[in-house]
Amino acid sequence: MRVGAPVVATVLTLIVGSIFFAALGHDPLATLHAFFVAPLNSMNGLSEWLLKASPLILIACGLAVGFRANVWNIGAEGQLIIGAIAASGVGLFWPDPESMLLLPLMFLAGMAAGMAWAAIPAFLRARMNTNEILVTLMLTYVATLLLSWLVHGPWRDPAGFNYPQTALLPVGAMLEPFDYSYRLNPSVFITMVAVVAMWLFTDRSFLGYKMSVSGAAPLAARYAGFRESAAVWIGLLAGGAAAGVAGMAEAAGPLGQLSPQISPGYGFAAIIVAFVGRLNAFGIVLGGLLMSLLFLGGEGVQMTLGLPSALTRIFQGVLLFFLLAADFFIFYRLRRVREKA
Amino acid sequence: MDLFVAIFTGTIIAATPLIFAALGELVVEKSGVLNLGIEGMMLMGAAFAFGAVVAGYSMPVAIIAGALAGAVTSLLFGVLALTFLTNQYAAGLALAIFGSGVSAFLGRGFGSAPIEALQRIHVPLLSDIPLIGPLFFHFDPMVYLALLMFVVISWFLYRTKSGLVLRTIGESPQTAHAIGYPVIKIRYMAVLFGGLMAGLAGAYLSVAYTPLWVENMTAGKGWIALALVVFATWRPLRVLLGAWLFGGMTILQLQGQALGLAVPSELLSALPYLATIIVLVIISQNRQMLALHFPASLAKPFRPAT
Repeated sequence: MRVGAPVVATVLTLIVGSIFFAALGHDPLATLHAFFVAPLNSMNGLSEWLLKASPLILIACGLAVGFRANVWNIGAEGQLIIGAIAASGVGLFWPDPESMLLLPLMFLAGMAAGMAWAAIPAFLRARMNTNEILVTLMLTYVATLLLSWLVHGPWRDPAGFNYPQTALLPVGAMLEPFDYSYRLNPSVFITMVAVVAMWLFTDRSFLGYKMSVSGAAPLAARYAGFRESAAVWIGLLAGGAAAGVAGMAEAAGPLGQLSPQISPGYGFAAIIVAFVGRLNAFGIVLGGLLMSLLFLGGEGVQMTLGLPSALTRIFQGVLLFFLLAADFFIFYRLRRVREKA
Repeated sequence: MDLFVAIFTGTIIAATPLIFAALGELVVEKSGVLNLGIEGMMLMGAAFAFGAVVAGYSMPVAIIAGALAGAVTSLLFGVLALTFLTNQYAAGLALAIFGSGVSAFLGRGFGSAPIEALQRIHVPLLSDIPLIGPLFFHFDPMVYLALLMFVVISWFLYRTKSGLVLRTIGESPQTAHAIGYPVIKIRYMAVLFGGLMAGLAGAYLSVAYTPLWVENMTAGKGWIALALVVFATWRPLRVLLGAWLFGGMTILQLQGQALGLAVPSELLSALPYLATIIVLVIISQNRQMLALHFPASLAKPFRPAT
């Protein structure tokens, strides 16, 4: 039944979507086709689908580790940006752009930077009792401003016609696509490893079990001697590491440079992916593929039908609404009660 | 002297949307419900108020439209959190994303032209007193409405029986239910009120503070309002003081940018967010004070036993 809710929520979202399109004066079936089917009709579409699903799944895996323990990291967007900044910094300024070590170093830099950014709320929550929701979110705004400063100021490409972006990364600092006709690159393997690692951690390790107990029954966890601060640290660092790596993969993959458009909101959408996937590794894969399709479809109808890409965010919100509501019918049984006279 | 007047009045004006949003959230949280979606409700309020002005409606109608838009949006959260007993964090986040999407969708028809901002009042005689006039009697009406809401909410929460019931529900919904109060209904009313206030906050941003439409124009103010409630340890007067503090920060930061200080404008823009974090950390140290006014049932779903 737990599996049923996301399916029901997806179907309901599609129904609401059709009504919405009809109200806008578009043929609902044609629009739904343009949104959800047309993007996957070509090899390029499939490549883009996986390319966008990859960071969503990766980040959602990291976030879900925290969500299971009731650690609410909603600042993955900021951790992604910081990861992209650190990785691009290494890629741009490493003395030897031909070095074989460059990509691994960028990977480590992205991961470490994402973790460092997430370590701030972790420290503040674990040691200073400060709400991590607000801190992670505030740090996202700070990260966005830091990125904006770098690409407008010190890191701006001098040959870039004043566009706010860095120079292109050297070839040795790029994740080479499988096929140069498409953009899909080996970062999907990183995501696959992350999915398996997350499954092992949450479903097969004692530490993962302790984290789940911390989330489900904090008092029981404390009684059993599981440290809450450990759950906070692990939860936030897992999300930060995943988001940082996703940021590295965006900069070194499809974008090839640092610009303010480093992420179309992957960090926020990944929160929904984690929930749609029921905080479970394989559910997250499906949730990420669905969410990626929402991004692709949003771009698609923007180009073909002139509908705004804000539709993607509306669908994201509606999907999460329906998912949460569907849960109610799973966890509670409705009973007809005779009105008392 | 002019600079002082500019900073003082600027602070009061910058604080106004925060006062609306944070006081609304305070009432919601006092009833034991945590609605994280202020940002979404504010954006809806901003979009509807701005759209109403563009469509040719008068200012009062536009502001009411914004407030109602916030309230209707909050109802989505209410149904999920109160009727469907979902996780309130997730429902609030969904509302924030949804509101941002819908407002951006509506806003694409607004164009990029600014509108004529809400008129400031001019009281004969009073507004003309040197210094006192510009300091206190030359704001737009929404500024005074925000202060009036502060008085009304403080009085309601701590001086009326209904306020006591609301706070009781926030502490222990089981007790309130046992005595016979309709917990869910009262929580719905609190959530709607919070939505109304967030809608007003959004309307203030789009028709008075910066009278033009920009996607996601709230820029985190809804989240700062949430932080303000914690900062205020759930007390109205401290919400007001906190809002002024943040308003002052915003204005000093803008003055700094206008003066062309030798620091990057991004650093100045980041100050309110960094200040929010620092303030939260400081407040969180005093666990006793937090526990004293913290609504004990906050964010815990309640289902009346049948």
